[in-house]
Amino acid sequence: MKVAIEAIGLATPGLPDWPSAARVLRGEQGYVASELTSYAPQRLPPNERRRATPAVRQAFRVAEEATAGRDAGALATVFAGSDADMGILHRICAGVAEPQKIVSPTDFHNSVHNAAAGYWGIAVGATAPSTTLAGYDGSFALALLEAALQTVVEGRDTLLVVFDVPAPEPLLAARPLGCAASCALWLKPDDGTAAPLGTLELALADAPQSTLADAALEGLRLANPALRALPLLRAIARGEAASLVLPNAGGRALRADWQP
Amino acid sequence: MTTGSPTEARPLPTPIAPLEFAAWTATTALGHGRGAQLAALRAGRSGLARAAFEDCALDTWIGAVEGLDAPLAGADAEWDCRNHRLARLALDQDGFRDAVAAARAELGAARIGVFIGTSTSGVLSTEHAYRARDREAGRLPAWFRHRTTHNPHAAAEFVRLQLGLENIALAVCTACSSSAKVFAAASRAIAAGVCDAAVVGGVDSLCLTTLYGFNALQLVSNDICRPADAQRRGISIGEGAGFALLRPARASGALALLGYGESSDAYHMSTPDPQGRGAALAMQDALARAGLGAADVDYINLHGTATPANDASEDQGVMAVFGEHGPTCSSTKGYTGHTLGAAGIVEAVFAALAVEHGFVPPSLNTRELDPALRARYALVPVEQRVRHAASNSFGFGGNNACLIFGRTA
Repeated sequence: MKVAIEAIGLATPGLPDWPSAARVLRGEQGYVASELTSYAPQRLPPNERRRATPAVRQAFRVAEEATAGRDAGALATVFAGSDADMGILHRICAGVAEPQKIVSPTDFHNSVHNAAAGYWGIAVGATAPSTTLAGYDGSFALALLEAALQTVVEGRDTLLVVFDVPAPEPLLAARPLGCAASCALWLKPDDGTAAPLGTLELALADAPQSTLADAALEGLRLANPALRALPLLRAIARGEAASLVLPNAGGRALRADWQP
Repeated sequence: MTTGSPTEARPLPTPIAPLEFAAWTATTALGHGRGAQLAALRAGRSGLARAAFEDCALDTWIGAVEGLDAPLAGADAEWDCRNHRLARLALDQDGFRDAVAAARAELGAARIGVFIGTSTSGVLSTEHAYRARDREAGRLPAWFRHRTTHNPHAAAEFVRLQLGLENIALAVCTACSSSAKVFAAASRAIAAGVCDAAVVGGVDSLCLTTLYGFNALQLVSNDICRPADAQRRGISIGEGAGFALLRPARASGALALLGYGESSDAYHMSTPDPQGRGAALAMQDALARAGLGAADVDYINLHGTATPANDASEDQGVMAVFGEHGPTCSSTKGYTGHTLGAAGIVEAVFAALAVEHGFVPPSLNTRELDPALRARYALVPVEQRVRHAASNSFGFGGNNACLIFGRTA
């Protein structure tokens, strides 16, 4: 199954956008774990922008980077992450543990796993299909597979957005993530012409997952499910053909052969 | 808002290859397995009751599944939570495990994918952990396991492990359309050769998060839910699980998935587009993928949650696609309650039962039909040939799916 890559978005501490990340992944700059500045989603109306949760901001950041200056209304979307908004789940679970059991209505509708996808559809006026997946540590591989399936089988451009924001304590101890991160890929059907960011051939495989030699980047890869994309992004940044294995969370892994 | 009108010219999808139901099952407040579902639908018996759940103080009806009190033991112990107890119970019905084992022997464990929808997965376990937390130290109890209970991927991974399959386990989490969309994902995976067969399904179980959350949005009725009723006041929350083993059709006359449609409202997070435009897009695409016209559908199992907004919006969508002389429609939420992330598979099973038995279950608890609704609602049981049945599922975020079931040619 082969797809072309039109655009990329990336955001995590020290790698705030795709061009900066590409410089680090090419080895032109060392990795420095600087804090990620807060982000105001541009495509949301002002009142929604102010109320956007950290998870929605993290997802929009890369979706907006990958679609900057383009009409995103026709794109199908696949959003994915390990968990829904853990900050909200924390507030709801703490709320229902009390005798009064108070749950904020806004928290509840934002607690669904597909909240970010819903806001994205509203923001860009997309009536196209939208799927949200949960894949634990295999979220990137599973979502890439589903996005590629939509691209190939339905013959339409698909925006993939994988994101997770660490939970507050005490939930963080039960699901420790090292940092917030998100990654977006705009996939399109491979029509044989040159694609801006190369092509991907995908198939299930049983080989060990690809790792990164640089210890800091390898630590980052393991810090958030969205960053399991880093070996692929490194190949793209360097323009070097690569055969990579992306980890699943149970079940078979995903082989991704990238060609410039 | 720039939402597409269903009448607007747009490219429609091409027909898909039918996927037959090699095995199928559902477990809800109506009972365990397909036979219990059919018997209750035929008898007009609701599974809803003013039953106690945890320390819920809401004045409401719930659709609880019986038999979920015993913890999972042995190898399953680390997965113990209400959601997996329900999944395991549902897998034990209708010879489902044996059918999957036979397919596994024939095709290989690595060739059968797992596609499961859930909305809240095992969140009840996290609710219990928060209640038992050490507030001074800010610690959850040592028994709490996130990955194998609350994490939504666990809903799919648990089913994969239960059935001894080695392909992928995909968890679709699009709120109340989750376990309808798994049919679309499985169809694509089989079409592209990722797998040769698929276990699709969904599991969602009662929890305080959804009871108090929907209540906070003023969507929970203190009366039993009354879909399409002039006095409808909201949903009754239920729980359920169901599964189907899908394979490329091998023989004519087999019950099968014929088409699917997916769309987004692009309207509001928790209120459907009042004109039902997104719903109409999903129904149109499902017809196109099934290679059918509107007149070929004899029954629509509506999403029909019994909220004022959903039923009005869905009616608009149905009228836009099927018109005045459209098929018989009913919501089965009055029997099971709204099983949320499991609604797609539960109602897929109901739609397939309608095809198999030539029977349309009436919209239970509907006393006086809302005169503003124009579709043809069944208020009494209808014995009629059902060539093709559609099932609608819509979720928060404006996430819509429509499935069409029938027999292979």
